[in-house]
Amino acid sequence: MGFYEAEKTHRVLSIVTAIAILVVFQLLMWPSSVSAEQEAELPDDQCVRCHQEMEILPEGFVPHDVHLQDGLSCAGCHGGDPTSDDEDAAMSPEAGFVGVPSKSETSAFCGKCHSDIEFMRGYLPRIPTDQIAQYATSGHGKGLAAGDVKVAGCVDCHTSHGILPASDSRSSVHALNVPHTCKRCHSDAEYMSGYGIRTDQFEKFAESVHGVALFENQDTGSPACNDCHGNHGASPPQVESIRQVCGHCHVNNMLYFNASTMAVAFKANGFHACEECHGNHGVKKTTDDMVGVGEESTCVGCHDGDAGYRAAEVIREHLRELVSAYEEAEVWRTEVHRKGMDDVEIGFLLQESHQNLIKARTLVHTFDPEKVGEMTTGGVAKARTALELAVEQVEEYDFRRRGFGLATIFITILIVALFLRIRQMEAK
Amino acid sequence: MDTKNPMVRRAYSWIDDRFHVTPLVEFMRHKYVPVHRHTVWYYMGGVSLFLFISQVVSGILLVLYYQADEDSAYESVRFLTTKVKFGWLIRGVHSWSANLMVFFVFVHMFSTFFTRAYRKPRELSWVTGFVLLALAMGFGFTGYLLPWNELAFFATKVGTDIAGAVPFIGEPMKIVLRGGEDVTGATLSRFYAIHIAILPAIFTVLLSLHLLFIQRQGMHEPQYLKRLPAEKKQMMAFFPNFLLRDVLLWLIVLNVVLALAVFFPWELGEKADPFAPAPAGIKPEWYFMFMFQSLKMLPAHVLFMEGEVLGILFFGLAGLAWMLVPFWDIKKKSGSKLDVMTGFGVIALLFIVVMTVLGYLL
Amino acid sequence: MNRRGFVSLLLGGGILGWLGAVLYPIISYLNPPKVPEANVQTVKAGSASDFPKNTAQIVKFGRKPVILIKTNNDEFLAFAATCTHLDCIVQYRGDLKQIWCACHNGLYDLKGRNISGPPPKPLDEYAVNIVEDEIHISEMG
Repeated sequence: MGFYEAEKTHRVLSIVTAIAILVVFQLLMWPSSVSAEQEAELPDDQCVRCHQEMEILPEGFVPHDVHLQDGLSCAGCHGGDPTSDDEDAAMSPEAGFVGVPSKSETSAFCGKCHSDIEFMRGYLPRIPTDQIAQYATSGHGKGLAAGDVKVAGCVDCHTSHGILPASDSRSSVHALNVPHTCKRCHSDAEYMSGYGIRTDQFEKFAESVHGVALFENQDTGSPACNDCHGNHGASPPQVESIRQVCGHCHVNNMLYFNASTMAVAFKANGFHACEECHGNHGVKKTTDDMVGVGEESTCVGCHDGDAGYRAAEVIREHLRELVSAYEEAEVWRTEVHRKGMDDVEIGFLLQESHQNLIKARTLVHTFDPEKVGEMTTGGVAKARTALELAVEQVEEYDFRRRGFGLATIFITILIVALFLRIRQMEAK
Repeated sequence: MDTKNPMVRRAYSWIDDRFHVTPLVEFMRHKYVPVHRHTVWYYMGGVSLFLFISQVVSGILLVLYYQADEDSAYESVRFLTTKVKFGWLIRGVHSWSANLMVFFVFVHMFSTFFTRAYRKPRELSWVTGFVLLALAMGFGFTGYLLPWNELAFFATKVGTDIAGAVPFIGEPMKIVLRGGEDVTGATLSRFYAIHIAILPAIFTVLLSLHLLFIQRQGMHEPQYLKRLPAEKKQMMAFFPNFLLRDVLLWLIVLNVVLALAVFFPWELGEKADPFAPAPAGIKPEWYFMFMFQSLKMLPAHVLFMEGEVLGILFFGLAGLAWMLVPFWDIKKKSGSKLDVMTGFGVIALLFIVVMTVLGYLL
Repeated sequence: MNRRGFVSLLLGGGILGWLGAVLYPIISYLNPPKVPEANVQTVKAGSASDFPKNTAQIVKFGRKPVILIKTNNDEFLAFAATCTHLDCIVQYRGDLKQIWCACHNGLYDLKGRNISGPPPKPLDEYAVNIVEDEIHISEMG
């Protein structure tokens, strides 16, 4: 075999190998080829080409990053000339190259565009442009200004090269992911030492009514860290503002509380508002035992034998009445349902009764036994009506059985009579 | 007419003058039913007839409140079972007696088969009887959908899909049955029309023929009885002796139906949602279970054919063969212990029972 | 009374009883119930002219509560009254001209869209027709 022959064989072999690899590759990729086609592509410019080749793409670099998707390639933030294949020319300060900003430079680096209303209008006309200004007022921003580089800057929460809008569930700042993002520093006792801030917020939050709603029920309406502490202007709510924070969602509770005599007393004593009874990060699902004079009562901490103590007792009693009336009717409703009888109307009344219960529990924040009592009385009446209907249905159920018994008696008489008649007839 | 009441006698002679019913009465009087150890099977047809009458009465009553509309069918059934007095009872009787009717028709058919009552001269009684069974199953299939609940909706989807797998005519048949490509409100209207107009009309004609044949030819006597001399045969007058026994049994069945309706109310389930995923445990009515299960158990492909198509062809041919039994009947050879027809019957019965049981176990 | 007479009596009585047992349910069944609505496709909600402007009321629609609103322009609107967040019953806020859920401060506009607060989805809309001053609420076709 001559040289020429060998080269030819070699070429044929390599073509066959290439085809084989391609086929195998195609086969492997086949089921996912549709999604693969839709997968975001990297921009095709000189920065990406070289960095990819030399395998020095930055850590966490993902093609679906919002900036890449909007056509801002590397040079969009880092400057330089993405068309030049000369490393020195492409990344020269003359071409506007700024490289990697230091921690203290980051906010200006991002703010270059994000604080520029005119510029941002071209991309996201409705996006706020005050993030950097807000950041400067936050605990993080103040720390950074004072030279503390351990605090969170833009990229600590948003990442550098995998930035996604908060509405995207993959984003580090999506409602469901925010607590995990904050936790990275705030639950790290070692990292947080020296700040005098607790590090148990995440654990407490995760077990709280809000945390359970957020993590377990995936209810993005439930507050994450930023909903109370703010986003870019993150700082703890003060004594005065905490009830505004909670009242943002729990409106009536706040209005009732503000109008109550309790609000005045709280202010005089320098108490926090909601937090005083409900706690903060670990706020638990409320129970009726939080009012009243029992062991779990939050009232008895201050009230002992006074008018407030008695009011707490009465309020608790009102709630207990409605809950027991509701629960009794609910047991009967279940029985009606189980018996296959009509429970539509009963269900309606119970729904209304339950609305009364929710309202009464909210009215607890007026600390006025009369107002709570009015609401619970209405609820009890509805539950009673539901109970009456349920009893009627169960009676109807029994009536059917008795009616059947009666019919059976008649039919049996007829059967016996027929039988006797046949016997008589055939005896002849 | 031997009644002593002069009023009745006058009325009878008034009618007899005009319609000449005396020959009919004479005919009835001389109709006898043989009494032997298999007499009990003679009552099965009567019970089926009674249950059919219950179906007609309760069905007519249901029509008064039922609305065959995609949006209101479920609600109207709910309304009639919860708000209308005794509506629950009427619906319960309709559902339960329907199921019992199919059951008793099956019993009636197999008893006829095993006693060879289909043989000459009763070939047409057998054929009409078989068609009546098929119609009864059609009643069941169409009636199942009418409450428009989830299970019925998907069972109908599956059921009509199976019909659609029949070679050549399947697809157009499916479209006609469904009133379109899919099971929709149009299907409901169609099934309603089939259930309360088309099937009852055909059923009534065939049932009349079936009964007429019985009355004309009398009860079939088993082979061994035929060979006995007339004086050794025990007989019972059809009227009134046999008929009164019939009525007695009907009363017992009525009470059973009432008991079932009261103690095991027919479920209504959830309203059908065409866009919801199919719920677990879709199953047809029990009398379709053996076919459903067999089709499920067939492999996807048998030789060059799709398993389902093969199954449908098999059931189609088996049904046809069964209907035409009187015309290819194989007589037992004298002296031979082996009775081919009994063998066929046992195989068919075993197949149905085993497949039905499997359908509920698997 | 002889034996035959007794059986006849029993037979007659049995037939009468049986007829009663069959006819009583049937006749009761034929008598239409007081609530004549066999379906919940349409619900009547009283007089349109008596309904005060810029108010709302909760109407029962089958198993579901529906909020019926009359705007200042005499227009009627109806939505499912169950908040899409945690199933509280919503209310109409005449001052805001919006639908409000008191439980967590959720707001919906008068097209049922969730515009503020935790509700994740809009409220389902129902069709309202006025026939001879009678308000009819029905499911959107």
